[in-house]
Amino acid sequence: MSLLTVRGLEARYGASQALFGVDLEIDEGEVLALMGRNGMGKSTTVKCLCRMMVSSGDLRFAGQDLHGLRAHQAGRLGIGLVPEGRRCFADLTVLENLVAAARPGHWDAERVGALFPRLTERQGQIARSLSGGEQQMLAIGRALMTNPRLLVLDEATEGLAPIVRQEIWAALTKLKAETGMAMLIIDKSLSEISAVADRAVILERGKSVWTGEPEGISGEIAERYLGV
Amino acid sequence: MSREAVINAVVVAGLVLVPLWAVWADEPFTITLATRAVVLALAAVGLNLALGLGGLVSLGHAVFFGIGGYAMGVLASHAQSYTPLMEWPVLIEGTKSMPIIWLVSIVASALVALVIGSVSLRTSGVYFIMITLAFGQMFFFFTISWAAYGGEDGLSIYVRNGFPGLNTLVPIQFYGLCLVVLLVVLVFCSALARSPFGLALNAARQAPERVQAVGLDPFRLRLVAFVISGAITGLAGALFADLARFVSPTMFSWQLSGEIMVFIIIGGVARLFGPVVGAVLFVMLEHWLGGLSDYWHVFLGLLLLGIVLFAKGGLIGVLAGKARAHD
Repeated sequence: MSLLTVRGLEARYGASQALFGVDLEIDEGEVLALMGRNGMGKSTTVKCLCRMMVSSGDLRFAGQDLHGLRAHQAGRLGIGLVPEGRRCFADLTVLENLVAAARPGHWDAERVGALFPRLTERQGQIARSLSGGEQQMLAIGRALMTNPRLLVLDEATEGLAPIVRQEIWAALTKLKAETGMAMLIIDKSLSEISAVADRAVILERGKSVWTGEPEGISGEIAERYLGV
Repeated sequence: MSREAVINAVVVAGLVLVPLWAVWADEPFTITLATRAVVLALAAVGLNLALGLGGLVSLGHAVFFGIGGYAMGVLASHAQSYTPLMEWPVLIEGTKSMPIIWLVSIVASALVALVIGSVSLRTSGVYFIMITLAFGQMFFFFTISWAAYGGEDGLSIYVRNGFPGLNTLVPIQFYGLCLVVLLVVLVFCSALARSPFGLALNAARQAPERVQAVGLDPFRLRLVAFVISGAITGLAGALFADLARFVSPTMFSWQLSGEIMVFIIIGGVARLFGPVVGAVLFVMLEHWLGGLSDYWHVFLGLLLLGIVLFAKGGLIGVLAGKARAHD
């Protein structure tokens, strides 16, 4: 049984329909890349998964129907979100950001610190005073502190310096190799995401139009659907 | 040691030393004023938990103050008239024991806070303010019409309630008791602000949608904070009633809710000792300026205006600089 099953997912912003039928599946330990150009429905799909907006279609996590759940209930069920734009708790320190989100399980502040040593160095620093990259690491660490079964990363490396991007991709690769955590990653960087993802789903105008291994994304597909 | 910690230590030292000086100088009225300041500070510390940490602008916290007061008034009035509170289905007698009265005040206030919070926390902003205000007015008018316990005239308790090992009629002993309660509650609030619950509540104030993303329910966090806040303010109400040996519907008035909020704004919202500094300053102004003019609230208004315009961190913010709730 898949960890996450999405079939025919549809969603609207008022009168405007944003998703017209998204299909995707993630197994335990699998890393899925959700790709597509801007405005194609990637973040809307994430919002539906995390129950931050109303949707229709088949949406199941660990066999449980997600419809009818509220956002915090989806979080408790094991969907850990790293939201777009980092969005740490700005007035709390690094350690407090982690402690505020903590739930019992494998991940604790020490393990997050081992994954991102910079966070250990800055654990007493107020989140708003961190660099963009450090805030992103904190956002990932905070999601890990909830001990999720599925980590959802929405544009986790957007707007970061290349060296910081490398650091984050290295951490995600390590996370996959050492813990086998299932991940849904939204990112525009085909080369970097291909190194981590087992499979990819491409969205076009609110609909999944291509599914397969990232290596299978040909130049034509990349040009047509990803604008690369 | 941070500058704010030094200021807090100075405030505690002042709260200990000034009444001792008053005993030495034979100034019992100063002790009464200090007791009033400490009890009002306790009420404000309760509200500060909801307002400062949870961002809940409650204009109905006098409800809990009044419930604490009336819990004391009702129990003590039955004890002094030797009539039971109820005989069926179980016999409940009145009491003059402060620990029992405090317990009843805390539980009653917490239960009412649970009901009010369950309704009002489904709203936010101005609607939350209006609903809490409406609940306050409901209790205010109920007590006005509650003839069995004095109605509009209130209820007098002739002898202050007792606490084991103390003579609460001696002003300095009652003051010491109130100060210990305040300090215990401050330690509790400080620990709460640093706990995972306090951090999550703080986070929910900053960004409720992000808190949901990590599996926390902002409504539940705020409700728990509102209940604890109400319970603390209720305890303050019981102490205030014992100080005055009188309870009346004014304990439920929206003006009192506003005054409690003013203490916090003057001292510093979300500062641990902000409510204490605000309440002490308020009582001092009330005493000194009130002796000069009946319109002393004009000066208080000017002070409040100055703080809101030029010192949003309150007096502690001015003295200690930018800091956070649990520093």
